[in-house]
Amino acid sequence: MQIINPDVNIDFVGRRKLAYVLSLALILVSIGSLVFHGGPKYGIDFAGGAEVLVKFGAAVPIEKVKSALSAIKMEGAVQAYDEEDSGFFRILIDPKNSATENLDKTLKAGLEAEMQTTVSIESFEQVGPQVGSDMREKALLAMFFALLFITVYISGRFELKWLLSAAMAGGLAFLVYALHLVHLSIPILMVAALVVSLVLFYLLSLKYAMGAIVALIHDVTITVGLFSIFGKEFSLPIIAAILTIIGYSLNDTIIVFDRIRENLRKYQKRPMAEIVNRSINETLSRTILTSGTTLVVVAALFVLGGGIIHDFAFALLVGIAVGTYSSIFVASPILLAWQKRK
Amino acid sequence: MKTLSWRPIVVLVVLLAALVFVLPTLQMVSDKKDQPTLWPHKKINLGLDLQGGMHLVLQVDLAKAVESAVDRSYDDLRSFLRQNHIRPKALRRIDPTTFAVSLADLEKFPESKGLIADEFRDYTIDESDLDGDRALELKLKSSEAENITRLAFEKAIMKVRNRVDEYGAREPDIRPQGEDRIVVQLPGVIDAERARKEIGRTGNLEFKLVDENTDPREALKGNLPSGSELKYYRKDDPDMAGRAIVLKKETLLTGDYLSEARVQFDPSSGQPYVGIKFNTKGSRIFAQITEENINKQLAIVLDGEVYSAPVIRSKIVGEGIIEGNFNDDSAKSLALVLREAFPTPVKILYEKSVGPSLGEDSIRKGLFSMLVGGVLVILFMVLYYKGAGIIADIALTANIVLIAGGLAAFNATLTLPGIAGIILTIGMAVDANVLIYERIREELRLGKSVRAALDAGFERASLTILDANITTLIAALVLFQFGSGPVKGFAVTLSLGVVASVFTALVLSRTIFEYLVTKRRVKTLSI
Repeated sequence: MQIINPDVNIDFVGRRKLAYVLSLALILVSIGSLVFHGGPKYGIDFAGGAEVLVKFGAAVPIEKVKSALSAIKMEGAVQAYDEEDSGFFRILIDPKNSATENLDKTLKAGLEAEMQTTVSIESFEQVGPQVGSDMREKALLAMFFALLFITVYISGRFELKWLLSAAMAGGLAFLVYALHLVHLSIPILMVAALVVSLVLFYLLSLKYAMGAIVALIHDVTITVGLFSIFGKEFSLPIIAAILTIIGYSLNDTIIVFDRIRENLRKYQKRPMAEIVNRSINETLSRTILTSGTTLVVVAALFVLGGGIIHDFAFALLVGIAVGTYSSIFVASPILLAWQKRK
Repeated sequence: MKTLSWRPIVVLVVLLAALVFVLPTLQMVSDKKDQPTLWPHKKINLGLDLQGGMHLVLQVDLAKAVESAVDRSYDDLRSFLRQNHIRPKALRRIDPTTFAVSLADLEKFPESKGLIADEFRDYTIDESDLDGDRALELKLKSSEAENITRLAFEKAIMKVRNRVDEYGAREPDIRPQGEDRIVVQLPGVIDAERARKEIGRTGNLEFKLVDENTDPREALKGNLPSGSELKYYRKDDPDMAGRAIVLKKETLLTGDYLSEARVQFDPSSGQPYVGIKFNTKGSRIFAQITEENINKQLAIVLDGEVYSAPVIRSKIVGEGIIEGNFNDDSAKSLALVLREAFPTPVKILYEKSVGPSLGEDSIRKGLFSMLVGGVLVILFMVLYYKGAGIIADIALTANIVLIAGGLAAFNATLTLPGIAGIILTIGMAVDANVLIYERIREELRLGKSVRAALDAGFERASLTILDANITTLIAALVLFQFGSGPVKGFAVTLSLGVVASVFTALVLSRTIFEYLVTKRRVKTLSI
């Protein structure tokens, strides 16, 4: 059985202008949504506050839950959880209202009085503001260091510039760490470091690393943007999903790069555009298959995994799809554009 | 005679090892026991999000520990000056680690300085001035400050352990985090409120006199004399909850001087109360307080909440009673908290409790999606790659066994994201096989023999597989380093999954193919 004909020859390179437009559009929409909403929607992991999963003895309409909450002066968001009419709700309480002790007990008593039915607290999480900001910091640092290590790895494997990239990565890491100790705002630090990294890639001709990292930034931006558009929350597991997507998208990119490198050796006389095209086509079968099976598996998780893992699976779905796309339409064209400059 | 190739042996050994590690867990589950009885007695731990329980992060106020130590030295200096007949002109606290004293007798200044320096060796003594007078400034040495914070932290951790021990949680996990935080995990604990009361409360006991001259109602309006403060009865008191009372600020005696705290029962009413005993010094101070304040009310304050304010009838030596409408549980928690009081205030920074039913639900859903996803992938592989697909499926199953074995061997914890990690691995494990098979198909199309195609396929693909999986491994390891709790569980299963899938694709599948081609002399590959 063959999904992709072995003699397939789609002109990916030729269509890249279209892809650029699409990517740019998606990125702009993502950034736009983030700016419009004032940043990503932080879950309690990062913003502090309390999250309570309550199960009512009887099915209750969500509006009643909301009014009951305001009646007991606990402002927050209410979401239906799991199946409709299961009486299962997720309540998020604002950080400013959640500093009370024994919040769960107060909430339960209050709700039981208001709703006249049994209330069981299935799960309760209360995050102090200090812990929240610590988590944000850690998450950003994690993503940054992952990107850095990956840069070193790719530059080493593909351009044999191990020492150079290691030195660069080491320098940047040290700089970020030092500046972070002086309490410089982490997000600004990250963006600055990324920009500096890209500039360094350009200057040091680390073209493979450049292509890969740009593709990764593209993937992460769009995933975060889609989360923002759909109003989904950013929590620690989502950061885990993003790191996974980084690893996975890189997987994809490396497969194509590997083939490009092999074909460069084989067909030294051919123009770069043709080699890139051929490489993408040759790996197309594998790309579609792997992404396909991973997506099927993650879709199973998305549909059957239950409320807790739902957003996590969504992040993975989006990330893997975009990651596959970016290996073909972002990473490779950048490599090509570089070659053409020469 | 053909020499045994290393591959089959390695595969068998690894698989057997994994099985050996997994069996105890399986046996434990089927026998419904708590601990594995089979050797090697290791099991897969379930995270709190899967088995239910409580996770707390406590923060120890180390700055306060230093400040309190300096407070004590400040008081000690006062008595020292008195004992040695050195008259101070002014004695002042300058900052949390420094205080200064100006002396009245300037002739004896060098001698006094010597005496003070000798006694207060933990402080650096410098000459300075206080309001224009020659003075000595004592500043806590930083090495001593570090000592104090380290000891306070260690003591707090020990107290937490003692409290958790008494609480009786199953397999609790208590560990320090950073320099001032303590992470406490209590699997199976459902009563969050009790846990908070017993583990999260500082246990700072203070005895203060009631300010009988100020009406609480006036105080509530804001008319408080200096030297007095407004406090409230404890929230859980069935009778007096939330009632206001005005106390004199000065703390006459603290829980530091307690030697014992026990639950006892009133013989006539059967009501529980907490009996406390003081150590020698404490007894002396308590006797003095009670002797000097007969018919006055002495308030007993725990962590800022007033428990009771009995009237002192006579001088009391050595023992005391804390009453306050307790039930069994609250008396027990109070006694525990007094016995294992934290040396410095402790705050709950983070708390998560998951009920057991939610945990079971999560396990069920997670395993079900794994099953569905797995079956879909297995079917697809057979459809697409036929015979080779079956080999890939065997590799996939082996993967899961290896991951489970790895989790058990490292006593790692499986969390809900961890299950997601395994499911992701199922999808990614396919990748390795696909890479090899697509190569083999390519080589076959170019007309190579079965043997040659196999070799070329595996060889060419190996490097790419390693490359691709190492980057995922890097991401997983970074996540492991920076993540916590459930996310760490995900990093663990992802890492194990990556290693397992590389192994099964390159070694296991290869072995099976080799066997088929060499021993069984398969002429065409079903791929």
